[in-house]
Amino acid sequence: MTTMTPYRSGMTGARDGFAQLLHAEWTKFRTVRGWLITLLVAVLAMVGFALLSAAGTTSSCAQIGSGGASPTRTGAACMPSFPLGPGGEPVSDSFYFVHQPLAGDGSITARVTSLTGRVQPPNGSQGPGQGDTQPGVMPWGKAGVMIKENLTQGSAYAALMVTGAHGVRMQWNYTGDTPGLGGTVKAADPRWLRLTRSGDVITGYDSADGTHWTQVGSVTLAGLPRVAQAGLFGASPDQNNVTQNFGGTSQNGGGPTQATGVFDHVTLTGGSAAGPWAGRYIGAADASGIGSYHQAGGQFTVTGSGDIAPIAEGHGGPADAALTIHDYLLGTFAGLIALAVIAAMFMTAEYRRNLLRVTLAASPRRGRVLAAKAIVIGAVSFVTGLVGAAIAVGIGTAVTHSRGYWEFPISGPVEARVIIGTGLLTAVTAVLALAIGAMVRRSAAAVAIVVVTIVLPYFLAAVAILPLGAADWLLRITPAAGFAVQGAYPQYPQVTAIYSALSGYYPLSSLAGFAVLCAWTAAALAGAAYLLRRRDA
Amino acid sequence: MSAVFPACGSAVHAEWTKLRTLASTWWLLLAAVALTIAVGAAVGAAFQCQRFACAPAQTGADPAKISLAGVYLGQVIVALLAVLAVGGEYATGMIRVTLTAMPRRLILLAAKAAVVLGWALAAGVAAVLGSVLAGRLILPGRGLSAANGYALLSLGSGPDLRAACGSVLYLALIALLAFGIATAVRDAAVAIGVVLGLLYLFPIVAAVIPDHVLARHLEQIAPMNAGLYIQATVGVKSLPLTPWQGLGVLAAWAFGALALGALVLRFRDA
Repeated sequence: MTTMTPYRSGMTGARDGFAQLLHAEWTKFRTVRGWLITLLVAVLAMVGFALLSAAGTTSSCAQIGSGGASPTRTGAACMPSFPLGPGGEPVSDSFYFVHQPLAGDGSITARVTSLTGRVQPPNGSQGPGQGDTQPGVMPWGKAGVMIKENLTQGSAYAALMVTGAHGVRMQWNYTGDTPGLGGTVKAADPRWLRLTRSGDVITGYDSADGTHWTQVGSVTLAGLPRVAQAGLFGASPDQNNVTQNFGGTSQNGGGPTQATGVFDHVTLTGGSAAGPWAGRYIGAADASGIGSYHQAGGQFTVTGSGDIAPIAEGHGGPADAALTIHDYLLGTFAGLIALAVIAAMFMTAEYRRNLLRVTLAASPRRGRVLAAKAIVIGAVSFVTGLVGAAIAVGIGTAVTHSRGYWEFPISGPVEARVIIGTGLLTAVTAVLALAIGAMVRRSAAAVAIVVVTIVLPYFLAAVAILPLGAADWLLRITPAAGFAVQGAYPQYPQVTAIYSALSGYYPLSSLAGFAVLCAWTAAALAGAAYLLRRRDA
Repeated sequence: MSAVFPACGSAVHAEWTKLRTLASTWWLLLAAVALTIAVGAAVGAAFQCQRFACAPAQTGADPAKISLAGVYLGQVIVALLAVLAVGGEYATGMIRVTLTAMPRRLILLAAKAAVVLGWALAAGVAAVLGSVLAGRLILPGRGLSAANGYALLSLGSGPDLRAACGSVLYLALIALLAFGIATAVRDAAVAIGVVLGLLYLFPIVAAVIPDHVLARHLEQIAPMNAGLYIQATVGVKSLPLTPWQGLGVLAAWAFGALALGALVLRFRDA
């Protein structure tokens, strides 16, 4: 009697670990030639748009506006350049300064009894510098006391001032700004201002009566020389009459403004012999600065134009013509659309070819299939976005420098953050497209949804120019918030400018904006996982 | 020749049957109309009289343009229908059956284009009429009122009528553009990516690049920028092109895409 032994295969069971699933999905992706070509197209588009931005720029002086240069020169010859502040950021440092040396520790005290000025008519048709000004004070028109490293533009300083509409402020080294007493200054309601120096530390105090003093702030000016300049100053930023309307911005006149502060009870204590006061306009190479001072008895009247503040990169601002990292990364939109197409197809092609049934037969746990696909398309898109952004920024910078154009300075870490952020933006957007593709099962609809939720809000907010409030909300709550990872420059409350997404300013911080995009993607993935499990393939 | 016209008629009839019996056709029609009106109404409701914007002589808000802003979104749905009308047949292999029944490929293309065009015109008329009505109701409450010198949006006024009719034509031309591109690339997803890239990338690039001269040239050749000049009723003289020239640029893009699609359909195996 023979017994039949049932046949047993000598092969071990196939592994169905997650690593194998990932490997399988990666194989599916890399063997479709059209998708690999699309990746290449995405990178080339990013580089191509950077080249267009950097090489296509031939700004003429007329477009730069109030740069002060002759409008007949074009190109690099009239690109503006700005002094750099102690932090390396480009700054505006133009004001009228009534000063004398202050050696060693000491203090300067003054009482401000009035702040007046002249501004441009609100909707005049005059070009910059030609308008008839009318009485008024700019919100950030300012006059006060200052201790400054020296008289060159961009040197370190700390100042305590009254402003047109923002009360007493202490400002230092261009970017620092902290509020003191509120309200506007009047003869009946004057403001006492005091700055004291002790080593590198400058402390500001304000008072309404000259006896009760409140500390406004205390700052360290690293490397302040023993002999610094102390004195009274006046400045008033240029006025830009820009109206934002649906469909565009329009500029109506604008130009320089002035602020005049009246000071008395001016006392300077410290290691210097009380020398004579000297008045000087800081930073007027082209003699366009307005400024003067008048001393009668103990009363000083100081008038100045210009501003002491960081430069904001904004359309309509002085740095309008500068090239920015944001210009180099224009191609991100093209890259995003290309990646959204293949990410959606990565999912929907399986439905169309009925490959999904094979896939799900091989790996019945559907959530894991979705996860593997998301990881593969996310990783591929991250590398594509990162490489595209790195090359785009590298080539854009090189071309800009070789043509002698001015590039808005950016620090290395910020540049790296923006490039990596662009990679993350493309990665998460691709996963979003994949998840939407899994939900709607039609790649064209998925691509349309991704474009409508990511590119269209940016377009409506920045290009079609919705009113500022609506535009900010669009860039806060839609997946387009993710573009905040490309925000490279800080917004300064003490600088009036058009902080628009077009110039790379977003209403959310990089992290918060990216988190909004991630939240949408997580919700879409959850919906996709639910539907994938619930529906027949 | 006599055989052509009956063939044409039955081809159109066949294509129309294919389109109207798809549920998605009617959902997309509803979506195109509803979204266009909703976005136009939302933009109108968000309008603020900032600084001097409500003085028409100065800067001039454009009531027609605000009311018709929904076209920015509506065009996506119109393009989506157009690419699906072609891409769907290639995706399922239906195109082979179609070509067997109707071997004259160019007549087939014309019939399909005519049906898509008719659908887009219908969607456009409904969407634009709804948007104009919404604009009439909303904008006076947002400061664009007779008190500020703004006439009520009306199809009786020449510029407003041009903006409204032009927007319908714009949507129809977008449908033809998308249809032509989809016929050329034969895949709905790739086609919609290309179409939306063409539409949105030009204006974004033109707005961001610092060079104003280059930006102006880009706007002149961009299908969306140029095509939507037709919506302008304020500051028409300062546009880079006249409204009808702008629509002509879009028409050139649309017929160029159709020609490309016709070439591919005629000379490539399906």
